[in-house]
Amino acid sequence: MSEQTGHEAHAEAAHGEHEHHVTPPIVYVIIFATLLVFTALTVGASYIEMGIFNPIVALAIGVVKATLVVLFFMGVKYSTKLTKLTVFAGLFTFLVLIGMTLADYISRAWGRW
Amino acid sequence: MSDSPAIANGALVADHHEHPAYLRHHFNSTEQQADTTNFAMWLFLLTEIMFFGGLFTAYLIFRNWYYPAFVAASHQLNIFWGTANTAVLISSSFTMAMGVWSAEMRKKGTLVLCLVLTFVLGLIFLGIKTIEYSEKIEKHHVPGFHYSLQSFINPASDPEIYKEYHDKPMALDMARHTELYFFLYFAMTGMHALHMIIGIAILGFMIFRARAGAYTTGHVTFVENFGLYWHFVDIIWIFLFPLLYLISRHQ
Repeated sequence: MSEQTGHEAHAEAAHGEHEHHVTPPIVYVIIFATLLVFTALTVGASYIEMGIFNPIVALAIGVVKATLVVLFFMGVKYSTKLTKLTVFAGLFTFLVLIGMTLADYISRAWGRW
Repeated sequence: MSDSPAIANGALVADHHEHPAYLRHHFNSTEQQADTTNFAMWLFLLTEIMFFGGLFTAYLIFRNWYYPAFVAASHQLNIFWGTANTAVLISSSFTMAMGVWSAEMRKKGTLVLCLVLTFVLGLIFLGIKTIEYSEKIEKHHVPGFHYSLQSFINPASDPEIYKEYHDKPMALDMARHTELYFFLYFAMTGMHALHMIIGIAILGFMIFRARAGAYTTGHVTFVENFGLYWHFVDIIWIFLFPLLYLISRHQ
């Protein structure tokens, strides 16, 4: 365990010496192709009757696509811990705000929706 | 902590006074400068996420309240153009990512090519959006500007439009709530399109600067941060598309 941590710290230090992480184009090509496939999937899925799962599947595919864009196109996977924390904190706050607003709307009209 | 290498490197930098011209004096190293601007750009994008978040929340609430009307109104949108635009925007994100790579590899020609492609794909997106918007104006489906309940209750009342689209008539209470859907549709896609227009304008500026060799000397911060903005706009569309176009298409 401690060896693992030591190794990571070393990798971090080595990373720090580099000017910049450069993502190779092949990664972008793979992500690009995956995003197009998921776009086709989400259109196809909307034509299949899945009841309550239709919006869930649509949003799940959207979340996967957005995650790929954030991690690879926006390079968060290779960025500093500060940036990672910032992105995560923003997402968390966003979900809290949406969640609490929706909880308010649902609980006020309890039984009437 | 190892996640603040800039502080550790500060001592190294102070030893020699030579540094790239783009390094500001209040930063210890080019890396600290790059990390700081990256952080700041993300803070800006978070405010944008919160801004669009309000629109998405309003959409979710009204969609739950008036679900059948939202389904009916959603089916008024052209799924072909919506899918095409999603592909166009994803492609533009890809060319932008390749642009950042070109800047990092100091390939001026490739960078200019990528920026021009991104610029053109952005214009294609807005062109397709114009086709969709003009159809809505033609059909009187633009709330507060060009909206007629009659076009939903009795579509046959306008023979020319009816000949082309053959929309089914709707009940009055249903038709009234489609207005809410179209209000949100125009607010959300309109705000997204405004972000696209701003992005395209900045891209135009960047193409000129890139041709002069501005971003291929090692200082890629501007291209990189613009890339973040462009991908963010792409992400907004990734959620707008299924939410607005793909509600219960199987019905």
